[in-house]
Amino acid sequence: MSGPPLLDVTCLTKHFPVRTGFLGRATSQVRAVDGLGFQIEAGQTFGLVGESGCGKTTIAMLLVKLLEPTAGHIRFDGGETSGLGRQAMKEFRRQVQIVFQDPHGSLDPRQSMLSALIEPLRTLGIAADRASAADRAREALELVGLGPEILRRLPHELSGGQRQRVAIARSMAVAPRFMVLDEPTSSVDVSIQAQILSLLADLKRRRALTYLLISHNLVVVRHMSDVVAVMYLGKIVERADAATLFTEPLHPYSAALIRAIPVPDPDATVSAALVRGDVASPVRVPSGCRYHPRCPFAESVCRDVEPPLAELAPGRHVACHFPGVARDSPS
Amino acid sequence: MGRGAEPGMVLEIEDLCVELSIEGRWVRAVDHVSLSIRRGEVLGLVGESGSGKSLTALSIPRLLPDNGRIVSGAVRLLGEDVRGQSEQAMNRLRARSVAMIFQNPTTYLNPVLRVGAQIAEAFEVNPDLLDGPASPRGISAREARRRAWRKSIEYLRLVQIPDAERVARQYPFELSGGMQQRVVIAMALARQPDLVIADEITTALDVTVQAQILGLLSELRRATGMTLLLITHDMGIVAQLADRVAVMYSGSIVECADVRSLFRQPRHPYAKALLETVPVIRGNRTVFRPIPGTMPPLTDPPGGCRFHPRCPDVLARCAGVKPDSVHLEPGHMVACHLYGAR
Repeated sequence: MSGPPLLDVTCLTKHFPVRTGFLGRATSQVRAVDGLGFQIEAGQTFGLVGESGCGKTTIAMLLVKLLEPTAGHIRFDGGETSGLGRQAMKEFRRQVQIVFQDPHGSLDPRQSMLSALIEPLRTLGIAADRASAADRAREALELVGLGPEILRRLPHELSGGQRQRVAIARSMAVAPRFMVLDEPTSSVDVSIQAQILSLLADLKRRRALTYLLISHNLVVVRHMSDVVAVMYLGKIVERADAATLFTEPLHPYSAALIRAIPVPDPDATVSAALVRGDVASPVRVPSGCRYHPRCPFAESVCRDVEPPLAELAPGRHVACHFPGVARDSPS
Repeated sequence: MGRGAEPGMVLEIEDLCVELSIEGRWVRAVDHVSLSIRRGEVLGLVGESGSGKSLTALSIPRLLPDNGRIVSGAVRLLGEDVRGQSEQAMNRLRARSVAMIFQNPTTYLNPVLRVGAQIAEAFEVNPDLLDGPASPRGISAREARRRAWRKSIEYLRLVQIPDAERVARQYPFELSGGMQQRVVIAMALARQPDLVIADEITTALDVTVQAQILGLLSELRRATGMTLLLITHDMGIVAQLADRVAVMYSGSIVECADVRSLFRQPRHPYAKALLETVPVIRGNRTVFRPIPGTMPPLTDPPGGCRFHPRCPDVLARCAGVKPDSVHLEPGHMVACHLYGAR
């Protein structure tokens, strides 16, 4: 590892007030992201997995500054990202881009693809005039494997896979260094998913990009990532390099997630689910270890004491009182 | 018993064609589909969005959308073609013989009715489902209601809902997505239907909850011997639950076989390619291979075999002639010119 990480997140916290009643007073907090810390090295793909409500998307929004954190720091390329001036903010937006899950929602239904692709180039002051912006738009489309005939079309005239490619092209057009990919394939079919994943891997190689990949699909994360963090209710419960995490998960929740993937093999032994019930509400976060109500291995200490994210081996972080406990459970 | 009914067959679909009206034009969305399900069998119907799998399923209880119509073929439920039935007879079939479970449970639950009451509706419609000392029709309305409520709780227990008495008195919004889906499954099973149709029922759920629901389905299958048409895009789910698999592409079944043969040795180039698009973890790496191109739009399908523009093994005649279904061996059907004996 050389130099400082491209992205350095410390104690990142985002709470949303829950307002109820006539006066709209904040009666409680949704603890969407609760004291998160991680680093992403330049050139890495950092995978973030977890179920709905674990705070994945809030992190994405915080990292690209669509939301302001309640507390904590995000440093990009050595510089603090809060309190940026107008010009610095433009530069930040040029370097950090995001691709959302649903390209339907991120494309204006009445805007042609040409205009959708040109807009960021113009607002960020990257292309001097419309003609050079249009050239860049065409280049970006080519990069994602689409022809210039797409430029005149409206979103509804494209397939889901094409729309997602356009969304990727729009991010790529400004030549970013860091991309946040928030569930980039969960709204497309499996054959299209495979195409998009190959495209993203290819772009990363060609453009020396750094990715933060957010997904609930573990196999996708495993395939794309160098380092993986597993989130549960606003906290990272385990972080390790991808191969290690998937072959030897130490947190019972990671083990449960991995075991829950349906394997496309009729002779695979189907093991009992390693987890009880549903994800708890981030408004009423359980005491102690947040996972304890669902954990089949929980003991009384888990109810009372929150385990810290401890480094058990170099690069291997786990927040559990009994790391590796799921390993010995019968499958 | 109707024409061509085979004993033990719950569902037989023969040469079904369904059309959809898109932009004022009727286009063929399901094209000569045939399939059958034996009592106690789980048939997985897989395909990508737009392949026609849901329209095929909706044709069974005749619940096609307003812009859809069955143009030809037969859909025999317990030997009787649903196409000739009166609306009244269809309602009886929908209430008693076929149960459908969909992706999003909130859509199918009444938000202002307690969960227990929604399950009990099955026993109001069909009091024969209630057990008890006296004949159900001979008991007072109050007693019937009491028995129906008790029976609802039994069904909540069957779908492994903890604290069933309490949950029966709750409203749908008080339950998590996984619990709601269990309630919908309980509502389906309470009618003791001959056929359960499950359309992408775990797609909206988280992976750990999906694993619980899939585990529940395998157990229910063992316990109740239910007959299931399982519609999904997830090859992992099919591998785990189905006895047989039919693969659909652009309106047609391209291959149908028992689950082991299909996963071990898929014959149709699309079935092969589809299996390879699913990323799987093998040792230290994940492997998958994309299929180039996209599924053709229904409004402008290619001639001949609809997969030919994307097919790696395409032959000259694939563009002109739609391949017939060929039986490679008993129970293994494929529609591809590579295997066309005739």
